[in-house]
Amino acid sequence: MAIGLHDSDFKNPVIRWVDQRMPIFTMMQKEYGTFPTPRNFNYFWNFGALAMVNLMIMIATGIFLAMHYTPHTSYAFDSVERIMRDVNFGWLIRYVHMNGASMFFIVVFIHIWRGMYYGSYKAPRELLWMLGVVIFLLMMATAFMGYVLPWGQMSFWGATVITNLFSAFPFVGDWIVTLLWGGFSVDNPTLNRFFSLHYLLPFVIVGVVFLHVVALHITGSNNPLGVEPKGPQDTLPFHPYYTAKDSFGLVIYFIVFAGFVFFAPNFLGHPDNYIPADPLVTPAHIVPEWYFLPFYAILRAVPDKLGGVLLMFGSILVLFVLPWLDGSPVRSMRFRPVARIAFLLWTVCFFVLMYCGGMPAEEPYVTVSRIATAYYFGYFLVILPLLARLEKPLPLPESIARAVLGGGGPMPAGAAAKPMDKA
Amino acid sequence: MFRTTLGAFALIGGLLATSPARAAGEAIAIPNHPFSFDGVFGTYDRASAQRGFQVYKEVCANCHAMRLLSYRNLRELGLTDQQVAAIASQVQVQDGPNDEGQMFERPGRPSDRFRSPFPNQQAARAANNGAYPVDLSVIAKARNGGADYLYALLTGYADPPPGVTMGEGMNYNRYFPGHQIAMGNPLNPDQVEFADGTPGTVENMARDVATFLQWAAEPELEQRRAMGVKIIIFLTILGGLAYAVKRKVWADVH
Amino acid sequence: MAEGAGASASDGTPRRDFLTLVTTAFVGVGVGAIAWPFIASMQPARDVLALSSTDVDIAPVAEGMAVTVMWRGKPVFVRNRTPAEVQEARTVPLSQLPDPATDQSRVQKDQWLIVVGICTHLGCVPLGQKPTDPRGEYGGWFCPCHGSHYDTSGRIRKGPAPRNLDVPQYAFTSDTKIKIG
Repeated sequence: MAIGLHDSDFKNPVIRWVDQRMPIFTMMQKEYGTFPTPRNFNYFWNFGALAMVNLMIMIATGIFLAMHYTPHTSYAFDSVERIMRDVNFGWLIRYVHMNGASMFFIVVFIHIWRGMYYGSYKAPRELLWMLGVVIFLLMMATAFMGYVLPWGQMSFWGATVITNLFSAFPFVGDWIVTLLWGGFSVDNPTLNRFFSLHYLLPFVIVGVVFLHVVALHITGSNNPLGVEPKGPQDTLPFHPYYTAKDSFGLVIYFIVFAGFVFFAPNFLGHPDNYIPADPLVTPAHIVPEWYFLPFYAILRAVPDKLGGVLLMFGSILVLFVLPWLDGSPVRSMRFRPVARIAFLLWTVCFFVLMYCGGMPAEEPYVTVSRIATAYYFGYFLVILPLLARLEKPLPLPESIARAVLGGGGPMPAGAAAKPMDKA
Repeated sequence: MFRTTLGAFALIGGLLATSPARAAGEAIAIPNHPFSFDGVFGTYDRASAQRGFQVYKEVCANCHAMRLLSYRNLRELGLTDQQVAAIASQVQVQDGPNDEGQMFERPGRPSDRFRSPFPNQQAARAANNGAYPVDLSVIAKARNGGADYLYALLTGYADPPPGVTMGEGMNYNRYFPGHQIAMGNPLNPDQVEFADGTPGTVENMARDVATFLQWAAEPELEQRRAMGVKIIIFLTILGGLAYAVKRKVWADVH
Repeated sequence: MAEGAGASASDGTPRRDFLTLVTTAFVGVGVGAIAWPFIASMQPARDVLALSSTDVDIAPVAEGMAVTVMWRGKPVFVRNRTPAEVQEARTVPLSQLPDPATDQSRVQKDQWLIVVGICTHLGCVPLGQKPTDPRGEYGGWFCPCHGSHYDTSGRIRKGPAPRNLDVPQYAFTSDTKIKIG
């Protein structure tokens, strides 16, 4: 490539001047304008864009909350209530941030579920998938530390319980826990560092999201059929087709979001977090935020401390090796009759675990959690590897255009040319 | 296929999301009491909340602090500036240090926080047989059932059923978790005399103070709901437009 | 990329039809409305506004002395002026002042001068409250940052400051008490 000005196609002189020297407009046009996208996305493919918007909402509201929040054990609870009472629109910004965390997890859970159902993790998208798992882990760390900041009872005891998980590791466990706390219990140093990291990690997430998108734009998107586009008849330019479709999905998402913020802002929270933190009194039932409940249930399903901790972390880390556990060349569950049922059962188990995680650690929830945990891991470690060998998939369509336009059967040659005719 | 799955997600997710709330405490069913702020469009009954403040001031405030509220907040309940200033000036608050380095007492101003009955938690415990009278600022947000629970608790005092042995200094309450509460029955008939002629029954006082405490916990509730209605209407129209645009863009593809 | 992508590159650029315009306008209104709460949240909160007045007991301030009190996070100078200082402030012809204002228009009671102790140049606190401080060439205050001289009415007389020291809103609640704000 010769050194010199970029050969820009833009006519506007200002845009052209910038684009010749720094071709961001050409890049945007290529990646979000004409970017060839499979023509057969369903609405599950909205959730990546929704997650991106959600991340930006969280960062914007978080920056403004940080202008009023005081990270000190004596002032944190009161400063949050001051935001709710005295800061102009403080209640709005805080409720958007608080419910935004829940919305983020709803969106990302569906996004991950879609990837698992349609086999988006399979070659050549393994790295794209793994970057997604990294984002998910960072989100969980950020959400956990954010929940500590209001310094209510659940903040304090949640922080105590979760940081104590690390004490399960032999030899270094106690050292790690003291390191996390900066003291001998969860106290002011802990709150201060959690605030610092809670402010930092979202920007790390932005960085990994960027890599996630870079990887996506190399391999291109998967699609509900799991069949790679074979030519221009299988794709549409991202704009205006998917910008329009994403915009509609975005408005629906905002309506759900607004429903929570304005009419049930504390529905997904826990009343105990409006009691100021008290290191001398543990609440009767400590439960984490709803999005951690499935993993919390796995932790409690194991009678051994270290085993529970390892299994809980393992339940997410197993996603990293999913592309290699599932050896089937067929991506979409639409064409895998047995795996489809096994996966839907896994989905049910996920919700069962979520339910059990919110219940007290007593029967029958413990036994149910154990069965669900066993299936959670069994699906990844036994069922998927076995099905890759044993399952006989349904016949795949020859191409996306044929499946979408030809109704699955053989179709006349003219049909394939239909999009070109319209052009 | 994806539509039904999405629907199932929403349904299961909605049902399960209530689990954290259900997890806390043994289940004592809290009866639903009709309040002016119930529902999507409910607002605070100002007269009831003002009476509730009177109940708080004359009864609850002997033990319970509300340190997150200021006297100026009472304007939102419909009190005039003069009334608020008069209420504030009835209490002595500590200020200082002055130029000699001494703390001193002065009459309260509207900008002062509600005066706490005890200087600190230890003093509060010492004066109440070791039981801490909780701060009531956000109590309606901090209890399952909110105002319904507060009303049930205040009207739930009864003689212990046969066979129940009560702890030393404890009182039986039908709705308190564990049924044994350190706080004695705070409300007796005609304990508070309302200026507007509302009969001073226990039910009236309990409803009014529950309304006041709900307002204290969520003063933004009315503004929040009014704004929410507007935003959802706006988004619904925008959603219709966005859908129409999407259909138009995709018309030549399907 | 050929036909498929080319389809929109040529004619698929957003059509400026009525529907798209209305939708875009709606989005514009929505985004504008979202910005407002964020901006408003940076304005003084209600508890800050509620604290915007201060009571000062001026009984201990002897003639010729001054006190500094905090009001809205800023120093306010309360000076009990001597008759000579009042006289000096009132005999200056207005034509000699960079920011003409009569002394009478700046005080409520002749001897009591109450001004915000912030130099109108770049916000330093001028010297002159303590008897040992330099008071500048006009017997009022002297700002050490960039050399502005204020007179006994707090008016700018020399130096880079553009305006007289501001007079805050205040009222005498009794003979010996003032309420600022």
